[in-house]
Amino acid sequence: MSNLEVGAEQRLVIPGESIGDCAGKNLGSGVASTNNGTIATRLGYLKENNGTIYVVPINAAYMPRSGDLIVGIVEAVQSNLWFLDVNGPFNALLPMSLAPWKVEFGDARNHMDVGEAVLARVQEVDECHNLVCTMKGVGLRKISEGHVASVSIQHLPMVKEILGDLKIAADCRIIVGDNGRVWVDGGAEGIRLAVNTLNSISKTGHIDGAKALLEATIVGGVA
Amino acid sequence: MGGYGDVKLLNDDGTRLDGRAIDEMRPVEIRAGVLPAADGSAYVKHGLNEAIVAVYGPMEAHPRRIQLQDQAVLDVRYNMAPFSTSDRIRPGFNRRSREISKVTAEALASVVLVERYPRSKIRVEIEILSAEAGTRCVGITAAAVALADAGIPMRDLIVGVAAGKVEDTVVLDLDKAEDNYGQADLPMGIMPATGEIAFMQMDGDLSMDELNTAIEYCFKGAADIYELQKAALKDRYDGGVSQ
Repeated sequence: MSNLEVGAEQRLVIPGESIGDCAGKNLGSGVASTNNGTIATRLGYLKENNGTIYVVPINAAYMPRSGDLIVGIVEAVQSNLWFLDVNGPFNALLPMSLAPWKVEFGDARNHMDVGEAVLARVQEVDECHNLVCTMKGVGLRKISEGHVASVSIQHLPMVKEILGDLKIAADCRIIVGDNGRVWVDGGAEGIRLAVNTLNSISKTGHIDGAKALLEATIVGGVA
Repeated sequence: MGGYGDVKLLNDDGTRLDGRAIDEMRPVEIRAGVLPAADGSAYVKHGLNEAIVAVYGPMEAHPRRIQLQDQAVLDVRYNMAPFSTSDRIRPGFNRRSREISKVTAEALASVVLVERYPRSKIRVEIEILSAEAGTRCVGITAAAVALADAGIPMRDLIVGVAAGKVEDTVVLDLDKAEDNYGQADLPMGIMPATGEIAFMQMDGDLSMDELNTAIEYCFKGAADIYELQKAALKDRYDGGVSQ
């Protein structure tokens, strides 16, 4: 494990790069075993946790999983369902039977039109990326106020770590979707602070010490 | 391959017209993440060739008839800008750009883990800004960096490099005169970490010994370009701020 530098400065790996001897370790995402040894398959930082070696990718598309809380944007409407853009490769279906309202056939557009945002949960994903969302559940709703910001998927853990401090500093309601969209609702100044902080995370979140820098910025209220 | 045998392409001291040794490449410069609007991007300057590549996706493949149920489709578009050569090129697809798009997509499919994204499409836009010789190789080199920059899972990078024959001598990395008037051209796509060949074309004639020498030169050149690809990706992120 000499090449892994566990606990030391994180190591950037590129696809195809050998990551050294991984005997006795589990291989997580972004790592593969080949005839030429164990290699990284993504550009990112090599990490080890509980005996599992994995790569935290620097850029990654959102791949939905069942149970994810997402902020979706209505992309198309049909008589009995909505198509949601979930910031991933595929659109999600939101059938009228899984909407929080009683919707008559052909009346979907009157409840929610193209461009509107919703807080929903991924109900079902199959191996071909067919995706069904639901709005039946506590806290799931149509978003009619506030601002929807974006943050890179790989920086979501950092956003969740500083979420408490950010809510207090911005005095806003902030809901982080697992698809990299964040709903911020509150006063204009608070929204601006929150959105600027999220943008900073997207740009600098992968740097060592970024979290401490962000926390200091949030406390100062000048993100 | 013009194949004009009376054109002098080697100097008396054995060097080439631009002063390079026969196994020496033109200067190469690679940068990653040059286009903020794309999911991944790269710029490569190889001699007087300049290519910029943008990668988008994975995204839902449209039209639906191109979708594959068990893997992603690589939608590669190679295009030469109208101002990339001394004579203006008519904009749009032509026979040559279709062929290069196809072989590039097949070469990239060797390294991209397409099975991770069924029914999806990964768009690779290769724009040649300036052309000297070997633009398909430059496009492949840049596309590999852009795909890695976009976070697409890959089993290796891929390097495009060419060798050829001028005045009965095998040379690495043909320039324009050598490409036009030489006797053979052998562009290759090499997976440098594994040493596999993902793409190979040949124009002209090479004997078996010459072919082996040309392949040896290509592997040597690929090793150098691979180091530049790695440096470009690491420079973009390692300890620095994303652009």
